Amino acid sequence: MLAYVIRRLLQAIVVIFGVIVITFIISRVIGDPVVLLLPPEAKLEERLYLTRELGLDRPLYVQLAVYVRNVLTGDFGQSFRHQEPAIKLILERIPATLYLAIVSTALSVCIAVPLGILSAIKRGTIFDRISMALALFGQSIPVFWAGIMLVLLFAVKWKFVPSSGYGGATHIILPALSAAMFFTAATARLTRSNILDVLDMEYVRYARMKGVPGFTVIMRHVLRNAFVTILNIVALQFGLLMGGAVIVEFIFSWPGIGRLSLEAIYNRDYPVVQATVVIAAFFFVLINLLVDIIYVATDPRVGKK
Amino acid sequence: MWKMNDKSIERNAFLSKKLSKVKKVFKRMPKVAAFILLLLLVCALLSPFIAPHDPIEQDLMKALTPPFWESGGSTEYILGTDNLGRDILSRIICGARISVVVGFAAVLLCGAIGTFLGVLAGYCGGSIDVIIMRLTDIFLSLPYILVAIALIGAIGPSLTNIIVVLGVTQWVGYTRIIRFEAMSLSKSEFVEMAIISGARWGRIMLVHILPNVFNSILVLATLDVGKMIIFEAAFSFLGLGVKPPTPSWGGMLADGRAYLTYAWWIATFPGLAIVITVLAGNLLGDWLRDEMDPRQQLKG
Repeated sequence: MLAYVIRRLLQAIVVIFGVIVITFIISRVIGDPVVLLLPPEAKLEERLYLTRELGLDRPLYVQLAVYVRNVLTGDFGQSFRHQEPAIKLILERIPATLYLAIVSTALSVCIAVPLGILSAIKRGTIFDRISMALALFGQSIPVFWAGIMLVLLFAVKWKFVPSSGYGGATHIILPALSAAMFFTAATARLTRSNILDVLDMEYVRYARMKGVPGFTVIMRHVLRNAFVTILNIVALQFGLLMGGAVIVEFIFSWPGIGRLSLEAIYNRDYPVVQATVVIAAFFFVLINLLVDIIYVATDPRVGKK
Repeated sequence: MWKMNDKSIERNAFLSKKLSKVKKVFKRMPKVAAFILLLLLVCALLSPFIAPHDPIEQDLMKALTPPFWESGGSTEYILGTDNLGRDILSRIICGARISVVVGFAAVLLCGAIGTFLGVLAGYCGGSIDVIIMRLTDIFLSLPYILVAIALIGAIGPSLTNIIVVLGVTQWVGYTRIIRFEAMSLSKSEFVEMAIISGARWGRIMLVHILPNVFNSILVLATLDVGKMIIFEAAFSFLGLGVKPPTPSWGGMLADGRAYLTYAWWIATFPGLAIVITVLAGNLLGDWLRDEMDPRQQLKG
């Protein structure tokens, strides 16, 4: 098991390093920071000075090495717009993003998993058909439209909840619902198909033949084996949301990483854009690594492979 | 003589069996979904002839006319007009063009990139496989929406740029699945025979492996068209799509957002158009996947 964990850890490090290199390449493809930082009427001396100051006159591999070193120490440079370190801006936004990610992931698990299990057990019934049709529908709704429609119904028409903002307990409802919609649908469908696969297994039939009560069979034998795949998609959702739900945060003026990155893109504030991309990828890799370790810990078969 | 007849009977039986199989497959096809996608294609191709009004012609006197069933609505503008008095139905019909172009072109591009890398990794194996697989890991970990928006924001929004950015960022799914299939195919007897008979690797990948992974590509691509349409709409919604006044569904949604309190129809109908299109694509993709999955065929 230890060997597996170490191998996965090394893989994660390679991926993070790759992400850093790719953001470096993208930032160089996008354009010259000197042009972005200085006004168009700047003199040649000023340009040369800034080029030297930023280290852009050095060979590319030296620039890359410096960039990697800086990123690893958490230094993504100063935000062009806020004149503050980019990492500081992100750290300030993490609580809001974490809050949204936890609530919407919890919401989709609480709805999707029971729905998926029930659909699988009651396969072919009206309940199964309706819930799976709803799930397919939920998977086809773009998040920005879902968000707008939720605002239209619950905030504009019935005035149950505020349409946007951050603070009170009611503010989270609409953003969490919109962010959860796609994954709730996907998780429900995946749970159903997984449970169906496990229900066909011989050990489940054997348990039933032994006279184990239906509920116990589901909880102990079926769910336990379907757990791994479900955990995987839940982690995927959480990992993606931790990188900032860009569109949801934009619609609901949610002060998280997603909105920060979108503002940075609009303002061409590239240090912040780069930092959000790397941090989002970091969260994603970290969460997936944790899930894989949970895998091995709970399912001895995985480690041996 | 007798032998000939036997053969032709046999062949006829074989053909009719094949035909009935094809018929059976199409019987299960979600016809409404197929019809909707066909309608979308027709709208995209013939929009100037079908649209009842000019989609970019403004008439401020008729701005914010509600749909015909609401009080104040008129049958002249079935789905109402927007804040500049433009006909929503006509804009949805003409906006289909952008969605179709981006949907198909982006899928074609990322399918081509993903398939190429997948076949390469699966067939060649070794260090090429390792490098390509690590590359997919890296691309999977990147926040793809953010990266796509950042790239478009940097190189400037245009139809071509959107297609290129989507193609470059969304190929990973194809590579992963195609690589797996190419890997098992490369160990199959017919590929080994081809190698023995002296076929070069380019020919093996193109003639022996590619046709055999085509089914999977088709399923993935069908499911992806809807995703691409949503991405394009998202970019337009964030102001990074095709430039106004060219109608696009996402752009219409963004326009309607400001008028949500007193003109719900502006944002609602283009969104419905997206949902219906994507739903149709998903239904068709699910059907294709079930039909091409041998396990399902055994069951059915």
